[in-house]
Amino acid sequence: MSAAASTATDHPGAFGLTTRHRLRWWETLPWIIALGFYFAFPDYLGFGAELLAMILFALSLDLALGYAGIITLGHAAFFGAGAYTVGMLAFYEIWTEPITSLLLAALVAAIIGFLSGLVLLRTRGLTLLMLTLCTMALLQEAANMARAYTGGFDGLPNLAIAPVFGVFEFNPLYANTQYLYSLGVLLVCFVFVRTLIYSPFGQSLTGIRENLLRMHAIGSPVRRRLVICYTISAALAGIAGGLSAQANAFVNLSALDLDRAATVFIVLILGGYGRLYGAFVGAVVYMALEHFLAKIYPTAWQLGLGLLLVMIALFARNGILGIGEALWQRYSARRKTT
Amino acid sequence: MDFAANIAGILLGGLSAGTVLFIVSVGLSVTMGLMGFVNLAHGAFAMFGGYVIVLSMNRAHFGFAAALALGFVATAAISVVLERTLYRRLYRASELDQVLFTIGLIFIFIAGAIIVVGPESQTLQLPPELRGQINLGFLQYRTYSIFLIVIGFLIALGISLAFERTRIGAQIRATVDNRRMAESLGINVDRLFTITFAFGSGMAGIGGGLGAEFLGLDPQYALKYLVYFLIAVSVGGLGSAIGVYYASLILGVLDFVLKLYLPKGGTIFIYALTILLLLWRPQGLSGKKET
Repeated sequence: MSAAASTATDHPGAFGLTTRHRLRWWETLPWIIALGFYFAFPDYLGFGAELLAMILFALSLDLALGYAGIITLGHAAFFGAGAYTVGMLAFYEIWTEPITSLLLAALVAAIIGFLSGLVLLRTRGLTLLMLTLCTMALLQEAANMARAYTGGFDGLPNLAIAPVFGVFEFNPLYANTQYLYSLGVLLVCFVFVRTLIYSPFGQSLTGIRENLLRMHAIGSPVRRRLVICYTISAALAGIAGGLSAQANAFVNLSALDLDRAATVFIVLILGGYGRLYGAFVGAVVYMALEHFLAKIYPTAWQLGLGLLLVMIALFARNGILGIGEALWQRYSARRKTT
Repeated sequence: MDFAANIAGILLGGLSAGTVLFIVSVGLSVTMGLMGFVNLAHGAFAMFGGYVIVLSMNRAHFGFAAALALGFVATAAISVVLERTLYRRLYRASELDQVLFTIGLIFIFIAGAIIVVGPESQTLQLPPELRGQINLGFLQYRTYSIFLIVIGFLIALGISLAFERTRIGAQIRATVDNRRMAESLGINVDRLFTITFAFGSGMAGIGGGLGAEFLGLDPQYALKYLVYFLIAVSVGGLGSAIGVYYASLILGVLDFVLKLYLPKGGTIFIYALTILLLLWRPQGLSGKKET
């Protein structure tokens, strides 16, 4: 390392900037916990696979909403596109190999994301919100209309998925394969997103979110960047949808509805947006609470969720991770003074 | 003759549905135009008002007019309380927080409705003079639909007159056009907003009650029709009552026709048209603000 570089990183701020992409020890924790879950709770692996798909879905939204600041309420459009791609390929026994199916799901979702992004991302604010909402509703109605192919409201049940690598079969009763397969897909996608975030491209997305005018002023191709980001985000959401269709062996219209779009929005903001791990924390907290509370006390769950969202919007703008970070900073500041 | 009567029947059915949409959405348009606040919980206010109206008639045996008045006052009151305590903290927050906050409110209202009233759908008992058919000269039509259309027209007329002719209307127009300038001129935007918010929510409450006859009224109401309210507002244009009136009527007629002739998925055209229109005019049919 040259002398100039070492003096450049002497300043704590500069040091933080040059090292922030490096792997920290705690970044292995989610994966260790996920593997531990596999051995500790063999009865809950089906739920676990669902949770992993939700994490991936929230991660895809984080890229668009948390990093690029594209406020969308229609992200389920891409989840549904991916789910129906995998579902229809498997239901009509055209293509059942899981990994290539996922790639096809990503491709279909990316195409829809690219085409819609190309026109939608000209707008901002409420208009953009409405347009994403309408695009999703449009796709849902289209899936409903094409009843002959999509099964309409009842969806496509009993999807037959070929074994992963031709060896590991999807067993509907024991979700071991589904869980590990989902974990693998999530890991690959996460590494991709993490790399993207710390790349110059990712930095420019943050710039667009923070100060659109200035990014225009320094000559950044803002709209092209946004469209690319939206397309990638759509592809990841498509993979999440495909994963969920494979793990559950069915797909229906709920993959495309407002409930799902609102859920992933809530999950991300609950965990904390624009910070990679928010998707993990939010999905775990939300899904665990929903899984164990919602079935016993559905009304209380809805009330509690509503109160929680209002509290987060009013007091904790950065979700659970934001609260954790604030507490940690206060703690470490106190430790320094004493 | 039969054909013309058919067309007239379809038009009237669509117009009455559109009228309800207008009464619910008009407040949303004005408050969004004034403050730029993305209030997804507006449908929840409509639901709240609907419950007050329907329950006060079914259980407390109020008259129709008295129930509507009570619905307006109760919804306006609860919205003012929420606005003063919670909404105002988020005026300067990002749209993200506003969306999150109002989604939270929707859930609270839905859960509240289930706990207090129960999950089953409530039915509106129309007063005897509004039941049955009325003779319009060239065809017989449902009295209630005609009543709705007339009421909606009067409300639209009243609001647009208030917008054009009254002091507070001028203040609202000024604030929608340029909020900072309006504030500099000494308009108390904060108070203006509270008043319009209360009025708009009260109107939504009335709309919830009037529409309960054919939209139904159950706890999921707040979420079920949200997209329609938002389409009416964004197509009509933020801060424009008349724009929302036209947009709602068009939407109502279109929806009625499509449901009649394309019962399976005809709404797809509504979404497609909305997307095209918003791409062509992001500010809506009669919105002035450049975004």
